[in-house]
Amino acid sequence: MGRYVIRRLLQMVPVFLGSTFLIFFMVYALGDPVAALFGDRAPDPATAARIRKDLYLDEPLWKQYLHYMGQIFQGDFGTAFNGDRVTELMRISFPITLRLTLVAVAIEIVVGIALGVFSGLRRGRAVDTSVLLLTLVVVSIPTFVSGYVLQFLLGVRWEWVSPSVSPEAPVNELLLPGVVLALTSLAYTTRLTRTSIAENTRADYLRTAVAKGLPRHRVITRHLLRNSLIPVVTFIGTDIGALMGGAIVTERIFNIHGVGYQLYQGILRQNSPTVVGFVTILVIVFLLANLLVDLLYAVLDPRIRYA
Amino acid sequence: MDLATGAARTLERGPDRGRTDLTGKPRSLWSDAGHDLIRNPVFVLSALVILFLVFIAVWPQSIAPGNPLACDLNKAQQGSQAGHPFGYDAQGCDVYTRTVHGARASITVGVCATAGAALLGSVLGGLAGFFGGWWDGLLSRIADVFFGIPLILGGLVFLSVVTSGAIWPVVGFIVLLGWPQISRIARGSVVTAKEHDYVQAARALGAGGTRILLRHILPNAIAPVIVVATIALGTYIALEATLSFLGVGLKPPTVSWGIDISSASTHIRNAPHTLLWPAGALSLTVLAFIMLGDAVRDALDPKLR
Amino acid sequence: MTITEERTAGRTAPLLEVADLRVEFRTRDGVAKAVNGVGYTVDAGETLAVLGESGSGKSVTAQAVMGILDSPPGYVTGGRILFQGRDLLTMSAEQRRRVRGAKMAMIFQDALSSLNPVLSVGAQLGEMFQVHRGMSRKQARTKAVELMERVRIPAAKERVGDYPHQFSGGMRQRIMIAMALALEPELIIADEPTTALDVTVQAQVMDLLAELRREYDMGLILITHDLGVVADVADKIAVMYAGRIVETAPVHELYKRPAHPYTRGLLDSIPRVDLKGQELYAIRGLPPNLTAIPSGCAFHPRCPRARDVCRTDDPPLHPVTEDDGTRIPGRASACHFWRDELHAR
Repeated sequence: MGRYVIRRLLQMVPVFLGSTFLIFFMVYALGDPVAALFGDRAPDPATAARIRKDLYLDEPLWKQYLHYMGQIFQGDFGTAFNGDRVTELMRISFPITLRLTLVAVAIEIVVGIALGVFSGLRRGRAVDTSVLLLTLVVVSIPTFVSGYVLQFLLGVRWEWVSPSVSPEAPVNELLLPGVVLALTSLAYTTRLTRTSIAENTRADYLRTAVAKGLPRHRVITRHLLRNSLIPVVTFIGTDIGALMGGAIVTERIFNIHGVGYQLYQGILRQNSPTVVGFVTILVIVFLLANLLVDLLYAVLDPRIRYA
Repeated sequence: MDLATGAARTLERGPDRGRTDLTGKPRSLWSDAGHDLIRNPVFVLSALVILFLVFIAVWPQSIAPGNPLACDLNKAQQGSQAGHPFGYDAQGCDVYTRTVHGARASITVGVCATAGAALLGSVLGGLAGFFGGWWDGLLSRIADVFFGIPLILGGLVFLSVVTSGAIWPVVGFIVLLGWPQISRIARGSVVTAKEHDYVQAARALGAGGTRILLRHILPNAIAPVIVVATIALGTYIALEATLSFLGVGLKPPTVSWGIDISSASTHIRNAPHTLLWPAGALSLTVLAFIMLGDAVRDALDPKLR
Repeated sequence: MTITEERTAGRTAPLLEVADLRVEFRTRDGVAKAVNGVGYTVDAGETLAVLGESGSGKSVTAQAVMGILDSPPGYVTGGRILFQGRDLLTMSAEQRRRVRGAKMAMIFQDALSSLNPVLSVGAQLGEMFQVHRGMSRKQARTKAVELMERVRIPAAKERVGDYPHQFSGGMRQRIMIAMALALEPELIIADEPTTALDVTVQAQVMDLLAELRREYDMGLILITHDLGVVADVADKIAVMYAGRIVETAPVHELYKRPAHPYTRGLLDSIPRVDLKGQELYAIRGLPPNLTAIPSGCAFHPRCPRARDVCRTDDPPLHPVTEDDGTRIPGRASACHFWRDELHAR
């Protein structure tokens, strides 16, 4: 098990370097951070040169990247061009997005698994077909459409919930944004659970469990669910990273000042240190989530543990 | 992971197996699937919707002869009226005309990005799966790198520095981040196909590499790629709209549902209709492609039912 | 027309009596009639071998007896299954569940897929005691170790926490056997218990099964397509074709003098050392399509003896007699020309 963890960690390193370098490349090599700093004005050549030197922008790209990574590992994500420390922006915004993500994941787990089990146990019947069609419809509606429609209906038309979120973003105000953020993943979770349940219902070992004379609830919980939920758990685990990165659209709709908001502002203003810093953290979160999922998988499935 | 990969995972295992049912008749996969599909109302319906969408993407003037860029501020936010069934948006543009003309951008981006990603992904993935070795390992690592970047985030960063607002950078970006998904599928199904007894047999009989690849492996590996690509087409259309909505994808004067939804969103309280029509058209388009892919997947892998 | 009808009155009721059982599968391609009026009996301590090609309905019959038919698409549409005198088909689901595992148990063909991959074998064995006997987890584990020792798994104590994939094929099948034996049932149904094993291991597992059956004095239904396995273990044989029993006989009678052309075909297709060098016999044609079973005798399209009457009249299961008319105990054949077949050669 220990060796497995180490091997997975080592495999993460090139992926981490590659992904962050790719982002770094896009921002610093394809864009021009200094020109962006001056907005529409023509930059004064002397000032521009000084800034370039300060930010190591006159060095080759790989040196800039190494320098940047070196600083990151010392906890220094640099300063946004407007003078804010990037770490300070992170300190404010990450808890909010984390909260939003957890609300979404909770909804995903409860509703997605319940719906999936419900329809998987009724495979081929009308309810199952309707649930499947419904999930496809949900998947097909982009988040920004469902977000605005739900915000309009529930927040404005019927006034059930507050249509926007206050700066502190308490959990009760995050319920609707959480639903919006979770919606697509929810549909996937439902489909995955349903398929997994439906496949395992036909498995030989389940027939054995019935032949052993176990009561139905025991057959379902101990044998069917225990096996069927393994892929679902891993999907949800990976999804945490993806949801945090994807929260940008939801945060924009509900005006939540989380990671997506900061990142969006950074991109609009071409604030390179903010963008690269936030994306780097998100990539790390994404990779760590994947690692945890792999470990969880090994815990849940002995065939992998002893492989 | 998403819908398409989930679908493909199950497909990889054996789309090539001819089914033998209780009647004892072995049937070929494709003829069986074709038979199932024509009887499947979901497939027929989504195929018809897609045909219609392609038609209006090519000839929008045939059903919406107006100019989508001709707007009259005096008519801003007016509701449905004779000759203008969907009313006017905040700039006084005809919503019906813009919704019809918006299909072109979505379909173009979807089709081109899918074609690009499918071609690149299946060639790279197929070769990696067929030859294995260091090339396979390297490709998997590169694919991992692209997987490490969330789609929307990557799109924001990439497209905010390539600020043209035209269709091709968007297509290019989607191909760039989309190919690894296809390549994994293609690699997986080639590896599975390679291990089949009949391929081993052909090899033992001295068939050459190219011949094995073209005659034996390709026909079997292609099914999951087609399914995944169809579903991906839908999600790429949604991605383009999302990026345009965020202001980094397509930009005016290009007519795009994402742009229209974005500008309508600020007026949702006064004029919800301006949001609902392009949003409905977008969702229906995505739905049609996803349903089509789903139906094909079901037909190719009936044990999932 | 079942074997049971020829049983003489006054004897005690058999352990299991299946009568006129009918099972069909309702699929999108039509209704497949998998079992069409099957009947057999098993006494305590007796071994019945059910023989047939795949699709003959031998496994489906067993699943119906156990009550583990996949439904939908499978439905029992008629007949009786009397177990210790009580009809299982009229019992409530809960009553039936209590019988399963405790009074009748089943051994499946592929132990790797039939054991739950994510639970330890100890947990899967112990579960029987926890559910049916209300034992604690700890007591159940002790019992699991005892069972594993009983089926001669080496180092049972150390291995009780291992998972199915960590055992060899033969050991896994022993665990399946242990699970079936756990509550000392009256009847065991073994569905092709050795088919998935290496030939060398097959004999060991079969011997173990036969030995334990003797020790516990259980009834055993052995479902197989392998005539070689049957000869050593079984007391009597029922041959199935297209969801019906076409011949029944005490085991040695059947080998010596089959009374049905299908049985003859099966016997002739066994490779034999003494006939080395000759071409091996194969029954021509394919097993019938169960959604459209041939009229008359279902075997007629493949039968070397088929005549016009075979195409029109479905032969009932006749008692088989010697030339002089004396009944041969336990023998019956569903062939119009059983007499010719019996006395052929």
